[in-house]
Amino acid sequence: MAERPKKPSDGSPDRLRRGLLTGGLVAGGFAATGLAGKARAAGDKAILEAPEWTSGLGAGVDKAPYGSPSRYEKHVVRRTVDWLTADSIASVNFTPLHELEGTITPNGLCFERHHSGVAGIDPARHRLMVNGMVETELVFDMDDIRRFPRVNAIHFLECIANTGMEWRGAQLNGCQFTHGMFHNVQYTGVRLKTLLDEAGIKPQGKWLLAEGADAARMSRSIPLSKALDDCLVAFAMNGEALRPEQGYPLRLVVPGWEGNMWIKWLRRLEIGDKPWAQREETSKYTDLLADGKARRHTFEIDVKSVITSPSPQAPIRHRGGHTVVTGLAWSGRGRVASIDISLDGGRNWLPARIDGPALPKAAARFYHDLDWDGSELFLQSRAIDDQGYVQPTKEALRAARGVNSVYHNNSIQTWFVKRDGTVENVEVS
Amino acid sequence: MSKCRRLGALVGALLIACGPAFAGSPEKPAKYGLGRLALPDEVAVWDIDVRADGLGLPEGSGTAARGEEIYSERCASCHGDFGEGIDRWPALAGGRDTLKDERPLKTIGSYWPHASTIFDYVRRAMPYASPGTLSDDEVYALTAYLLQLNDIVTDPDFVLSKKTLAAIRLPNGKNFIPDDRLAEPHYAKGLVPCMTDCRPGKAKITGRARALDVTPESGGAE
Repeated sequence: MAERPKKPSDGSPDRLRRGLLTGGLVAGGFAATGLAGKARAAGDKAILEAPEWTSGLGAGVDKAPYGSPSRYEKHVVRRTVDWLTADSIASVNFTPLHELEGTITPNGLCFERHHSGVAGIDPARHRLMVNGMVETELVFDMDDIRRFPRVNAIHFLECIANTGMEWRGAQLNGCQFTHGMFHNVQYTGVRLKTLLDEAGIKPQGKWLLAEGADAARMSRSIPLSKALDDCLVAFAMNGEALRPEQGYPLRLVVPGWEGNMWIKWLRRLEIGDKPWAQREETSKYTDLLADGKARRHTFEIDVKSVITSPSPQAPIRHRGGHTVVTGLAWSGRGRVASIDISLDGGRNWLPARIDGPALPKAAARFYHDLDWDGSELFLQSRAIDDQGYVQPTKEALRAARGVNSVYHNNSIQTWFVKRDGTVENVEVS
Repeated sequence: MSKCRRLGALVGALLIACGPAFAGSPEKPAKYGLGRLALPDEVAVWDIDVRADGLGLPEGSGTAARGEEIYSERCASCHGDFGEGIDRWPALAGGRDTLKDERPLKTIGSYWPHASTIFDYVRRAMPYASPGTLSDDEVYALTAYLLQLNDIVTDPDFVLSKKTLAAIRLPNGKNFIPDDRLAEPHYAKGLVPCMTDCRPGKAKITGRARALDVTPESGGAE
């Protein structure tokens, strides 16, 4: 076995020698290249002094059999807003969108929303029942589910109360809180149609009730046409088993439709000829309008976008010059076709650049490469989907619905970038 | 895969229980032959949903007077003695005629469209920390009491049952409308989004999150 090298200490001969050389090398280097504008007075210790991870060995394999992010990324976590709910067991936390890149949300950062806490299900004791208006009422265990033909699909999930706190005005300083009841994940599972066909849907069947095995026995009615179109019964997300807080071992995927319908810990599918008027589709997830009427069964999620950086939790840390403006866009009615960016609070718009996939009912990542002159900005993004729907302004939504709808707030968000690079959630006229 | 395989795996008792369902239906081969037949007992335990027309309501009954006793013991600590809601726990009563107000109070009496939902939800998910511990009679009684708290039932001796519950109409039931979002002007087909000089003058701040100061401390940038 090789001898373990000693870790260098601060007083080691190496460290001292490097210190002595520093001054002369730096002065000579900059003079030769002529990059005076970017020069430093003294050499960068990050280069001149070997850090401990270069001068010594790191941890071996198997130190963390299931890996976790760098210790320097500990701030990248889901966060809650304590005053929102009575109790953390029936509550919500938020995806740190301002820290994320690309389109796929890491499993451990997908926001949580539970009505009676996380069901800690033993998959060996989990069953999925199909009953009601079917030829044969069936029970599947997890082994059965895994033997059906399998599919993969990337879809966003948005709790439709996302941005609900912003109806009356700018309220929370950070896209994690204003837009973080959102994630975008690749699911693996079985088409819901495959399972229902196995039981054989009777001709009078028009609706599906999906029900969870949690203590809320969470339940929603879904039109059968949607169930047979593109819904999945998923057991994996981003290549691994569903996380407990995302419905392990089985959840419903209802692409483009409000997150509450994506029943977690799925244990039962019932076919019927009418919706079931469950609590979550009557007293909740209905949209009160200014005239006292309330819309029900507002399932589809309309086109929406948000700039994730810069944003209040992700300020600009340089004085000016090239700046990456980036964000996410999505539509429950189709594919994101284009996104525009405004720097002046909606006076003028520039097309943003989409990079990466823009799949149907999935998140698209967009960029605007900005040469920031250091002046104040009113940043906005506006998404347009392939059905031709344009993300509305806050004014337009309020004019149509009032401010008490709670759900389906897909309006254009404004971030106020100040000269010092800090960012605030504001509304502008 | 034939249904025979599925049946073959079952014990004799199940064959008797499930046989007639096959005999009466046209033979349609299942695609993959996975899963097993659900037993009537199993379906009965899980299939507890109740529809607005009363389908799914069990036998049994309860009065508002009995419901008040159960409510005091098992519900009032969160929902308040009069259904007013303690802290951020939901209010269950009050708020009538507030739906057009600046701050509507959405309760069973002021907002919910169907009485059946009370029964379904209480039986499904309440009491919060110990769901599934109420008998059907107790759920009928609690439902009756919640209707009384909302002035929908006035007689404390009114007996709520399968028959009487399905006939109850809640005051706000008629105010629910289908999804007509796409009729809103900003979703009109063929709208071409403006790209230049879309609004006059410079942007003026009309509201700011900082003024409210409700963002969690740990969530800020610095």
